[in-house]
Amino acid sequence: MAASTNIATTYGLRLAAPLAIFYAAFFLAPLLILFYVSLHVDPEMTRFGFTQYAKFLFDPFSLAVLGHTMWIGVEVTLLCLVLGLPLAWLYVRAPSWAQSTLMLVILLPLLTSVVVRTFSWIVILGRQGIVNTTLASLGLIDAPLKLLYTEAGMVVALAQVQMPLMVLPLITALSKLDPSLLDASSALGAGEWRTFRKVILPLTLPGIVAGCLLTYAAAITAFITQTLVGGGQMLFMPMYIYQQATTLSNWPFAAAISIIFLGAVLVALSLFSLLGRLSKGYAHA
Amino acid sequence: MRLPRPSLDRMSFTLVMWTLGFAAVALLLLPTLVVVIVSFTSGFSLRFPPTGYSLRWYAALLDAWQLHFAATNSFKIALWTTALSVLLGVAAALAVARSETLMARILDSFFMSPLVLPALAFGIAALMYFTVIGLPVSPLTLVIGHTVVCVPFVVRTTVAALAQMNASLLESSASLGASTFYSFRRVTLPLIRPGILAGAFIAFMSSFDNVPVSLFLRDARTDMLPIRMWQDLEGRLDVTIAAVSGVLIALTVLALVVMERVAGLSRRIR
Repeated sequence: MAASTNIATTYGLRLAAPLAIFYAAFFLAPLLILFYVSLHVDPEMTRFGFTQYAKFLFDPFSLAVLGHTMWIGVEVTLLCLVLGLPLAWLYVRAPSWAQSTLMLVILLPLLTSVVVRTFSWIVILGRQGIVNTTLASLGLIDAPLKLLYTEAGMVVALAQVQMPLMVLPLITALSKLDPSLLDASSALGAGEWRTFRKVILPLTLPGIVAGCLLTYAAAITAFITQTLVGGGQMLFMPMYIYQQATTLSNWPFAAAISIIFLGAVLVALSLFSLLGRLSKGYAHA
Repeated sequence: MRLPRPSLDRMSFTLVMWTLGFAAVALLLLPTLVVVIVSFTSGFSLRFPPTGYSLRWYAALLDAWQLHFAATNSFKIALWTTALSVLLGVAAALAVARSETLMARILDSFFMSPLVLPALAFGIAALMYFTVIGLPVSPLTLVIGHTVVCVPFVVRTTVAALAQMNASLLESSASLGASTFYSFRRVTLPLIRPGILAGAFIAFMSSFDNVPVSLFLRDARTDMLPIRMWQDLEGRLDVTIAAVSGVLIALTVLALVVMERVAGLSRRIR
């Protein structure tokens, strides 16, 4: 039976060939060239060596940029999770008319241009922005607060920009949850908090991990939001790469830090998928 | 009859969930509203709330030829990227969906990888690569670069649509003597069309909005809208950008509502 299903419904791997070839030529090959360029000692690319990597890994400034970038991702992901989980929880309990409205609200930031979303944060956090004018009219502050170009402002802006990536997998995970499990938990005397901690959280863990993975990957590479809301005082990996490549034309170093950044992202993502696999075992146990 | 649970537990839980949930909705919604309101200001600053309202910045858009040029470029590139992404992505999705072979799993992860890898690193790699193979930066290189990062959306939604399809439909079609191609055209394609549409829409939007790849693969002839806006914002805070944002938000909301009707977008991208 299974065999006949396969014959009728699969089309054979040959159909994947065009995309596989396209990716080999225009995705894999460029990454290999990137690696090749990174192995040069001088910007004129005459000699080979690992000096670019050594330059990065023994430079406290560069390491701090990398560390700060990875840490920002953690902060943004946590904020998205703390706000996104209740939102997803409200969504699955909402009546269907409210669900379609909520879905529009969730999808709109995902599809709005990232420059537009970031621009709105400049308006909100600026010296004459909504936060400062509100606080001033309430008499809470005399001079406008500096909110733009601060880490807190940037984390909130990044959280808004990436929130849909967290909420959508959470909604999927929560709506797959069997309601009778929740009834059973409350019938057995567990309160809401206990049910949430002992039943809902463990069973939606795969969705949580999926959401965190997407949010994290997006937050640490969010070039536009990082540069416009973070400003020039904070340097993150994407801007670091861009500066080295375009302003300084130091292509081997730009290539090396791109490779290091790619590696760091891969390590972070494999940690997430390892967590995901563990959590699946946990959820099914 | 058991006594009801102490309600403090329930109340605190509901309170926390609603408060945080509402904060999330406000966070998602407010920035968009703020930009739309500011775009109608009559003043020269981005003060919120504006002191007066007018359509002057929308009127100013009519003469902003640089923005027109960039928007036209972005639109054309996004259109070509979407077409190429659908062609390559749908074929690949048909191959890897419903297949449990190791090769299919590996290809699936390979096709999804541009989604999570830093696009800026790919952008710089692509520029080096095109320089090495002697292909000068042009609309063509932009379309190729955009397609690499946009195909995964089409693959993902199409694979999801294929996975939901009832296999017995194809079996009946085959047992009634239809050829594979005929079954595809008359049974599979109509059923997965909403999935393909949703993927094409997201691919289009993400190409139109792309910065990290365009940053390296464009030149003066191919100025792109998001980059034009980014550079304008880095230089000075121009209210014209608020009007551009207003237009983009209106178009996005419109497209979103239409796609929800036509393709059930929200069910396709989870």
